[in-house]
Amino acid sequence: MEIEKRVVELADRLQYIQDIFGGRENANIALMRSRLADLRAREGAAPGELAQMLRQLEDLFAFLEKKLDAELIPMDRVRIVRHPARVSLKDILENVYDNYTEIGGQDEYSIDPSMLIARAYITRRKGDKVVNQPVMVIGQEKGHGQEFRNGGSVKPWGNAKALQYMKVAETERIPIHTYVFTPGAFPVEDFPGAAQQIARNLYEMGGLRVPVVSVISEGGSGGAEAIGLSDVRLMLSHGYYSVISPEGAAAIEAGIRQGQRVAPELIEACARRLRITAADNLRMGYVDKIVAEPDLGARPHHYEFFKDLRQEVIRATDQVFLGVAGFKLFRALVASRRKDGDAEGMFVRWTLDEAAADRLVWKRYCKYRRMAETAFRDGRPSGARIASRAQSLLWGGYSFLRYDFIGKHIKNFSKTVGDLEAEARLVVNRLTAPLRRMRGKNAPVTCDPEKSRMLVELSQPEQGACLEDFGWRYVSPKAAEDKAVTCPESKTYGCPDLWAPDLYGDFAGVCVHCGHHFPMEYQWVLGNVFDPGSVTEHDNDIEAGNPLEYPGFEEKLDAAKQKTGRKSGCVSIDAKIDGIKIVSAVLYSAFRGGSVGAAEGETFIRALARARRRHFPFLAYVHGTAGIRIQESLNGLIQMPRVTLAVRRYIEAGGLYVVLYDTNSYAGPVASFLGCSPYQFAVRSANIGFAGPGVIKETTGIDIPPDYHRAHNALARGHIQGIWDRREIRKNLKQVLLTIGGRNLYYR
Amino acid sequence: MIDVKALLEKIKAAPYEEITVEAPHTGVVRFAGIEPGTRVVAASGTYGEKPGTLLAKLTREHNDKPLYAEAKGVIGTVHRELEGTFVEAGAQLAVIRHYLSKDEVIAAILRQVLYLFCAPERAKYYFIPSVDKKVKASGPRSVTVKPGMELFIVSRMKREKPLVYEGPEGVIYAVYFQHDQNVDQGAPLVGVCPESQMHLIQDVVNRVRTDWEEGE
Repeated sequence: MEIEKRVVELADRLQYIQDIFGGRENANIALMRSRLADLRAREGAAPGELAQMLRQLEDLFAFLEKKLDAELIPMDRVRIVRHPARVSLKDILENVYDNYTEIGGQDEYSIDPSMLIARAYITRRKGDKVVNQPVMVIGQEKGHGQEFRNGGSVKPWGNAKALQYMKVAETERIPIHTYVFTPGAFPVEDFPGAAQQIARNLYEMGGLRVPVVSVISEGGSGGAEAIGLSDVRLMLSHGYYSVISPEGAAAIEAGIRQGQRVAPELIEACARRLRITAADNLRMGYVDKIVAEPDLGARPHHYEFFKDLRQEVIRATDQVFLGVAGFKLFRALVASRRKDGDAEGMFVRWTLDEAAADRLVWKRYCKYRRMAETAFRDGRPSGARIASRAQSLLWGGYSFLRYDFIGKHIKNFSKTVGDLEAEARLVVNRLTAPLRRMRGKNAPVTCDPEKSRMLVELSQPEQGACLEDFGWRYVSPKAAEDKAVTCPESKTYGCPDLWAPDLYGDFAGVCVHCGHHFPMEYQWVLGNVFDPGSVTEHDNDIEAGNPLEYPGFEEKLDAAKQKTGRKSGCVSIDAKIDGIKIVSAVLYSAFRGGSVGAAEGETFIRALARARRRHFPFLAYVHGTAGIRIQESLNGLIQMPRVTLAVRRYIEAGGLYVVLYDTNSYAGPVASFLGCSPYQFAVRSANIGFAGPGVIKETTGIDIPPDYHRAHNALARGHIQGIWDRREIRKNLKQVLLTIGGRNLYYR
Repeated sequence: MIDVKALLEKIKAAPYEEITVEAPHTGVVRFAGIEPGTRVVAASGTYGEKPGTLLAKLTREHNDKPLYAEAKGVIGTVHRELEGTFVEAGAQLAVIRHYLSKDEVIAAILRQVLYLFCAPERAKYYFIPSVDKKVKASGPRSVTVKPGMELFIVSRMKREKPLVYEGPEGVIYAVYFQHDQNVDQGAPLVGVCPESQMHLIQDVVNRVRTDWEEGE
């Protein structure tokens, strides 16, 4: 009986190996298969002889597994993390923590079963005393064949649940451990919306005042980022962390249409090119440490692995606390030099005071600010760099003097003067009241008769009051074509055809019949919305690069640079709207679909820093974005938390951050630094969402209505706060700056 | 009395509907790769978002306007002689032979042999409560209608009024409206069949159901 069980176990091990090698033939696997078949053929042999053979075979399996482990290609690692035998969060909760209570759900009876939250504790020794250190454990649960878990693809409300308990942990001042086990977020826009919720999570996590330690096993894009922004990032050695699944990258690369299949060789090549393995991510600096797994990946029976993982998460949490603690003496030194396995030998209290929490949040910002700094090209000569540094220092100094030092006193002074004036007016009124009564009446109301006539009469266009400026300063080159254009809504509304010079020249790309907005170039907004001659460009030397040396990408980048005459997909400008100074970053779709990579992220962050230093409001004009630039892989993906942290820093310093979407905006940027703005508006007929219709169909199998991502639906779902006519952008922007800005508005 | 069998034979002789594709507006026509015998499909997808087969392009003011097939079928005739010429709106470009399915044949027969009582105005229609009960309990064929009988309630903008049935006496054979949707003016509400012809119609419907072979 015992022997049979062991043979079955060996067969399972072989099956697992065959699964993860994806049908690739290998001499070692063939050997294992034939030896196992031999053993099975000798069923009638004496038990002693069988046991002897079995022992030898088990040794052989262990030896060959080690050998095979060295031969794993990146795609094999993807298969490992997706295998049903992989460890899952429940195994970790059982084996790493000393006790836990699952919160907010029992299996499918939960708001989203793929997001698992648990209050757990780790028992440690402090001298003779036993101390239970509580943690909030948050992570995706893929489940072992549990369909309702959706394979770890979290719906927006699951991410909302995660955020809620992060806030709870913050209130309770306990550290958070997050476990990333997701192939990606579930792409639905239903409230609160996949993109919106991830953006909200990122924004809030950037300011959490408790340490967050994350462990990444399967880190798929936005789903991973939703809980992955942390102070220490550990990664399991056989995991992957990527901007897109290798299949998705291959589908984009091959340019295939829905329903077609991509060649497995291309998928494997993409997995290699995207640099998704733990070693790659450690080298690029996106994870802090790798947790070694047993050969061919950790499975639930690898108890030694759980022990190691426990030590690693304790050590990581200790390090974060000691890193910001006020009183640490040489414990911090010891913590960094501790040998493997003795993390529990030294006690660290897992609590933070207010000052330490401030340091923690600042350290987190600095950590992300430094990431991906080598992934773009900065073509400026060193002299220009020094000059720009000096200029920003000057601005910093000026704004400190103007707003923080003198400004504060001026504000206090004018406040006091205002109060005194109001008091004095009241007193004078009271004192003079008897005098006025003696005169029998109050002072007569005087009104200029001409003014009152103007107010009540019909408007008089001949006086110029009603004349609008006619014609646009920037006219689209599409207006030069002698052709008619058909409105896409003509079937529904019966719009007549429009002549291109009228449509693009006079009507600003708006159908006169139904109001449909045709896409226009980003130059239209630069030329017609901002004051004439007020636009000055900055940071245009930051150049999109090919940090991973992705084959064929350099040529594509060159083509985009040639086509647009710019070096990246983000234009950073200072401008004025009716005299109000603002800083703006423009993501435009002509450059690789407006995709965001390291260069675009850096330009955006620098623009935010400029706005913060100069105390200007900030406008993100998103002419169009297709998402994160997949050829940069993690260098692109990391822009999501990175830029969000910069946005948070700007908003917390008192800045006004407004986002305006035009044409099509999807994926990563919308799910992070754009989506986290409290004031998001869209130009009519824009599409806004997390994943495009094709991706939704591919991943969920659901057909979505053609208007699913339209601005009016985004407005109905609460994603954006208003829809504007293109011709009224200038007027509305001014209105927003004056009304929403209020006391926090920088330019005041 | 209508000769239902002859009607069926007539449909069998030409088991398709010929749909003439006309130019919706003026323009220079350029046919896509369609020939007599080419199979075409209609718009598809859950939301009708995938257009049917491209038949031709009409160019007007340098603006290419595609013309898609609106029904599934086989191309019968293509007026190739118009290729590259300027056509007026309404010019015949091609003919699609749309082969009738079982349900379409039955519907076509019923429309011809039944008396169709049509909606006098665009509104929502309901059976009066006594009829409604009968229809729900034992189907529409349990209801016999007579001229002058109050049959419907017309509901429009919170205004409800009764509607009297006018037409031959008979049994309600088919119901063409849904209680929660507006019916356009002139669209049929019910199809009424004289009781004497009931078995005849039922026979034909059954024959269609069992015998009809659907074309391409």
